Amino acid sequence: MVKENNSINNFKNLKTVSINNLSHFYGKNENKKQVLNQVNLNIDKGELVLLKGPSGCGKTTLLTLIGALRTCQKGDLTVLNNQLNGASRKTRQILRRSIGMIFQGHNLLRCLTAEQNVQMGADLIKGLTYLQRREIARNWLSAVGLEEHHKKLPNDLSGGQKQRVAIARALSANPKLLLADEPTSALDSVTGREIVTLLRKLAKEQNCSVLMVTHDPRISDMADRILNMEDGKIYGAHSELI
Amino acid sequence: MSFSFLKFRKIPLAWLLLTRQPLRLAVAIAGISFAGILMFMQLGFRDGLFDTSVTIHKLLDADLVLISPRSKSSISMSGFPKRRLIQTLAVEDVEKTAPVNLNYLLWRNPENLKTRSILALGFNPSDSLLLDEGFAKKAYKLRNPSRVLFDKLSRPEFGPIEQWFLSEKKVETEVAGKRVIVEGLVELGPSFGADGNLITSRETFLRLFPANPPGSIEIGLVKLKKGSDPELISRILNNSLPNDVRVLTKKQFIEFEKNYWKNSTAIGFIFSLGALMGFVVGCVVVYQILYSDVTDHLPEYATLLAMGYRLKSLFFVVAREGFLLALFGYLPAYFSGQILYSVIRSSTKLPIIMDADKTILIFVLVLVMCMGSAAVAMRKLVDADPAEIF
Repeated sequence: MVKENNSINNFKNLKTVSINNLSHFYGKNENKKQVLNQVNLNIDKGELVLLKGPSGCGKTTLLTLIGALRTCQKGDLTVLNNQLNGASRKTRQILRRSIGMIFQGHNLLRCLTAEQNVQMGADLIKGLTYLQRREIARNWLSAVGLEEHHKKLPNDLSGGQKQRVAIARALSANPKLLLADEPTSALDSVTGREIVTLLRKLAKEQNCSVLMVTHDPRISDMADRILNMEDGKIYGAHSELI
Repeated sequence: MSFSFLKFRKIPLAWLLLTRQPLRLAVAIAGISFAGILMFMQLGFRDGLFDTSVTIHKLLDADLVLISPRSKSSISMSGFPKRRLIQTLAVEDVEKTAPVNLNYLLWRNPENLKTRSILALGFNPSDSLLLDEGFAKKAYKLRNPSRVLFDKLSRPEFGPIEQWFLSEKKVETEVAGKRVIVEGLVELGPSFGADGNLITSRETFLRLFPANPPGSIEIGLVKLKKGSDPELISRILNNSLPNDVRVLTKKQFIEFEKNYWKNSTAIGFIFSLGALMGFVVGCVVVYQILYSDVTDHLPEYATLLAMGYRLKSLFFVVAREGFLLALFGYLPAYFSGQILYSVIRSSTKLPIIMDADKTILIFVLVLVMCMGSAAVAMRKLVDADPAEIF
């Protein structure tokens, strides 16, 4: 465990994500279906990468594998210097603390205020007092422009505000990697662009890599790199903007 | 200076999850309280009924009690030679003794002339029978023959004895077909075995029940000198006296009576079963609430797992919910129990009390009920798959 923590803390000048010949399957025997087919991908520190592709092409599966939410079946998958093929449940759980996740449906805890939702992320940082963790939460809420809404419950917030809270929550734990699944899909074009601008700004400040799954063409110009995925394969993974 | 407790302080997630839906929380608390009240009532009735069986036993002015080994309970007492009681005086620590006769006799209601069985105690009026300061004065009146003291807590079927006596009307009736005069009132209380009680002198008792041999008694009361150890003297007497008598401490005598009713009747089983039903009802209520709570929040729990929270941390959240439900469910049950006990005490004279044993036992049962249900509801948490939330 100490080794795993050190591997995350000693993460310097390394690729945030390094994938070689990663394949993944669902089902068994005759129902077995390949969703990822020998995927290769590298993501550098502080890079914002957009992942596009038709529905069912394997984008979300790839995201969940990088997020250490699934067991890696075949190929090499190194995230923040941790080899995830054969990694234990405990290793994946600890690694997830260094990965921020933003979900399409926000997934905020309905019983918590905006501030408490963000603090749930900050609570994962060890060695801080309650007041320090609350201070972090307030600062992030302020950074996403919601300092006046910190006492509001998710039901009292608009879609864009909820997504800002989700971003603040994801960033409050000082992640080295941010995974976002269609964070702008439920937002209007202005709000969607605002959210991605904010995400890009904050990620750059934190030197945090971002992998974002999106179909939204309005934000393509903001990415460092755009990857296209089809039938479980990535095209343009190692190239600059396609 | 750092306040280390602040490091461990967390957002009260369990509390917030529970209170998010106040109506559901209120239903849960009502359900648990109902189960708690049910358990309080069942165990209260059980203990109360067992306590009534030893009302007289508790009032006896004795450190040790001699009975026949053939005696099973106050409703089936056998006699033993009175001289065994005299023999106890050979032990230095014995201060004084008092022979007591005990049997059921037929009492005639002086109002409607119907007869009913009553428990009669016969003793020497010069001896101390009860731990009641005013009793010696009343007992003095029993020196005259055919005089009795009537238990005013006896059931009303024995007649309006207290009312007549207090109106200074001469209360005269028949016991075992012989005329007696009520010379005073005492407070003993009915029990399982006896709906009413009367106290008289041994002389009158033997006149009312001539079949009883004069040299035979049912109970021998032994008073020890101050500072004596009843347990030790009881052992010494049991070893030195013949086998036709058994020496018990007062506490053992009370337990002897209670054990008869616990083990030889279905009363204990019936009320314990009632309490168990309350426990099961509570378990079902808490499980339903916690299970639906976990199911409702499954995507949120999965989000927390995705963020890096351990499954164990989520188990603790559900366990804390169970603990909070136990606490909030128990308190109304406890206070309602107090009120109901008071109502029952005043309307039935049943000695039903909220003692520490019951208070702790039912809190433990409610806690087990809630934590057990939480443990079962936790199995649902395993279904929270963080990969499914994307």
